[in-house]
Amino acid sequence: MGDKTMTTTEVGRSLPRLEARQKVTGRANYTHNLKLPGMVHAKVFRSTVPHGKILSIDTAEAASYPGVAAVVTGKDILDVVPEPYYGPAFHDQPILALNKVRYVGEPVAVVLADDPRIAAEAVELIDAVYEELPAVYDETEAMTSDAVVHDELKPAGTFPDLKHLNGRKDTNIALDFHLKQGHADAAFASAAHVFAHSFQTQQTMHTPMEPIISLAEPSGDRLIIHTASQSPSFVRSEVARLLGWSENRVQVKVGHLGGGFGAKLYIKLEALVAALALLCRRPVRLSLSMEEQFYTISKHASTFHIKSAVDKDGRITARKCEVLWNGGAYADIGPRVTQKSGFTATGPYDIAAADIDSYALYTNRPPAGALRGFGIPQLVWAYESHTDLIARELGMDPVEFRRRNILKDGRPHVTGTVMKDAAIDAVLETLAERMRWSEPFDRGEGTVKRGRGVAIGFKACVSPTTSVATVTVAADGSVTLHHATVDMGQGSDTAMAQIVAEVLGVRTEEIRVVDPDTDVTPYDMATLGSRSTFHMGNAVRKAAEHARTQLDDMAKSLGMAETAAGRVKEVFRRTYGMQAGTVVGVGTYIPEYVSPNEDGLSDNVTPFWMIGGTGVEVEVDTETGRTKLLKMVNAADLGTALNPRIVETQLSGAAIMQLGFTVSEEMILDGGQVTNASLADYKIPGIKDIPPVIENCIVDAHTETGPFGAKGVGESATFGVSPAVAEAIQDACGVRLTRLPMTAEAIFHALHGDKK
Amino acid sequence: MTKKPIKFVLNGREVQAFVSPDDSVVDLLRELDHFGARESCGQGLCGCCTVLIDGVSVTGCLELALLLDGKRINTVEGLDADGQLSAVQQAFIDTGAFQCGFCTPGFILMIEQLLDENPDPTDDEARDYLSGNLCRCAAYPEILSAVRNAAMKRKTAQGADA
Repeated sequence: MGDKTMTTTEVGRSLPRLEARQKVTGRANYTHNLKLPGMVHAKVFRSTVPHGKILSIDTAEAASYPGVAAVVTGKDILDVVPEPYYGPAFHDQPILALNKVRYVGEPVAVVLADDPRIAAEAVELIDAVYEELPAVYDETEAMTSDAVVHDELKPAGTFPDLKHLNGRKDTNIALDFHLKQGHADAAFASAAHVFAHSFQTQQTMHTPMEPIISLAEPSGDRLIIHTASQSPSFVRSEVARLLGWSENRVQVKVGHLGGGFGAKLYIKLEALVAALALLCRRPVRLSLSMEEQFYTISKHASTFHIKSAVDKDGRITARKCEVLWNGGAYADIGPRVTQKSGFTATGPYDIAAADIDSYALYTNRPPAGALRGFGIPQLVWAYESHTDLIARELGMDPVEFRRRNILKDGRPHVTGTVMKDAAIDAVLETLAERMRWSEPFDRGEGTVKRGRGVAIGFKACVSPTTSVATVTVAADGSVTLHHATVDMGQGSDTAMAQIVAEVLGVRTEEIRVVDPDTDVTPYDMATLGSRSTFHMGNAVRKAAEHARTQLDDMAKSLGMAETAAGRVKEVFRRTYGMQAGTVVGVGTYIPEYVSPNEDGLSDNVTPFWMIGGTGVEVEVDTETGRTKLLKMVNAADLGTALNPRIVETQLSGAAIMQLGFTVSEEMILDGGQVTNASLADYKIPGIKDIPPVIENCIVDAHTETGPFGAKGVGESATFGVSPAVAEAIQDACGVRLTRLPMTAEAIFHALHGDKK
Repeated sequence: MTKKPIKFVLNGREVQAFVSPDDSVVDLLRELDHFGARESCGQGLCGCCTVLIDGVSVTGCLELALLLDGKRINTVEGLDADGQLSAVQQAFIDTGAFQCGFCTPGFILMIEQLLDENPDPTDDEARDYLSGNLCRCAAYPEILSAVRNAAMKRKTAQGADA
């Protein structure tokens, strides 16, 4: 698909989102809006202990509360799902707790009622008794703790590379991933300098504004699940597996999502509402409160020990990385984060020798999964902070130190994969230019000091994954796209329609995009990890090309011109003798990929690399620790932008979200209980928290294998934010923070010690 | 709980409804198939449930529906009653001021009220005014552009009317 020189009319156009009018009039079709005839509302009764054996659950009083339809516990679920454990990597999470609870907030029972308020009142009448067990919360302690969260590891059968973990006992290590490239020990022994640092990140939450919600509706011998999910195909196959049904008996329908960010992936409430609907034989709606979202999914806390060998010229010759991922009580996609992100832990630098050890750990915290970056922001935080600290110790300019070590196209990454279409140097140079890095900088005066920093990161798109799309052309020439990429605000419906429009020579606004519905939209792995533009984009392009080829063939067999473009209606009319018929184009895409060997090495580890970087200028009030961002520049290599304006919104949106994880957001636990599970106490960025100057730069790049040169972008601008802010704070006031979030309080204590 | 009858004007149309003492305005609007005001944080902190009651912005998830009796309530659904988007709505589209759209009606209603009070706000005034609305997609830079764009659109329209 070497179409770099091709001129396009629909691709590259900054048209508004196709659903723009519905969104500004309040009429977009969120699952949240759905009411089903005869439905009952579910409310969850949750564990109050972090780790314990369930001795008894007394539901009698709740069950007899007027207006309650049913009370359901884990044992009742067994009537419809005999093996009620689910998960994308491990089958470790019960639909409702069975025998044990593993974190505070874990679902233990459910009340169903016609009125959601009655369900909520009745939940208060349930009484569970537990025998408490020792709990572990910290990822480092979990490596060796006597408190073991799961008696036995239960990897899902779908991943051959997890099979060796089957049945492993007495450990909290769900997965250990190791990469060994070259001879790191020898490089360290002969190094001019050795630097070692450790960094930590905190547990955070996605807080989509539309809280997680699912409904299930029995329909004959089938089940319809309406859900705010990023992965309808996975929901269908996983619910079918749990029920022992064929996939075509489960229909999963998804509207627009009110945000996702990774919170709405795999199974969240779907298995529970499916089981409840089968048990009570009525439609069931379960909508979480903002508080309950914090007990459902989160972002991994992490500890990263990083060590570099550097030669006398300032070149990194070897790097050792040990990363511990705090996965919480259930694995969710954590083992995949550990491995698929873990292998990039040495950063976007040209390093000959490396050892990486990456561990997914169980603890008694709410489960952790993917959050906008699939683990990459945690890694970049550490390796870029480390990079700046090395530059300081060497007395080198941090941008210059990066230049000297940067990984360029044509050079091998530590996995052995040769870099291609990865404009790492262009991202760095764009930041340096837009930050006016070589020019004098105002350092502030008095007690208010100013500083600046830049950081870059990269991500290997998770592979291998499959996308399928169909494009149908009706006899009047109108075009419909069926695909299961979920539009949660990133603009995928619009971008995919632009691809179809470009191939078929029609206007994007005329394309009908069908919402994900597993009865009609073909398989897609999931909307995650910035994979959709590339994978689904390629599938959609192939589907549109397949449709066009069929139309052209019809035209040819009628003796018309070679191409049917502009005369589609006539082609149909002459072929079928009237306005009749349908052309269906099908496109399937799965990229080439080579699984890593036992040393974690592969010569084709990813279909594409995402590159992102951020530069910031900050002002620190050294008397209070209060830090203000004055300027933020985000740059990314996303190939060729399909819709530049939507891309720019994605860049600043991702960077501002990461800014929250950098300076304010943290789930605070006390005895395993999240004590700030609300937007009152968990501070996400508001409009007054954003820097007055934000610049977003799309670097000039092209991805040869991408649809019209494009690749993913949803996460790229998260990468550099945290380390850039840490460097800017040190540049301003001389203190280095190695743990997130960098609150005013943390900066104050670093500046003034713990004295009051 | 005994439901009580109330009468109010919803987007210019008279409505009668029976409501429970603990129904919120958002609960009632859902009953009436109006989904533009939506509960998110449930604590009056995010602004997703914003509605205008007698012309004043209110968090609909905390306001009791009973208190609507005899009042005028305006929701986002009423802004394009004549088939035309309001200047603020159009500005949101023109500047790309949303992603997922879940918080958008709340922001739009707040900006309608802002521009009614202050037709030409500075960015700082707009930030102050909108500090009670949260957007997790963080389309804040574009929302500020939308305020400027809408202010201009309103002025142009007024010029045309004059």
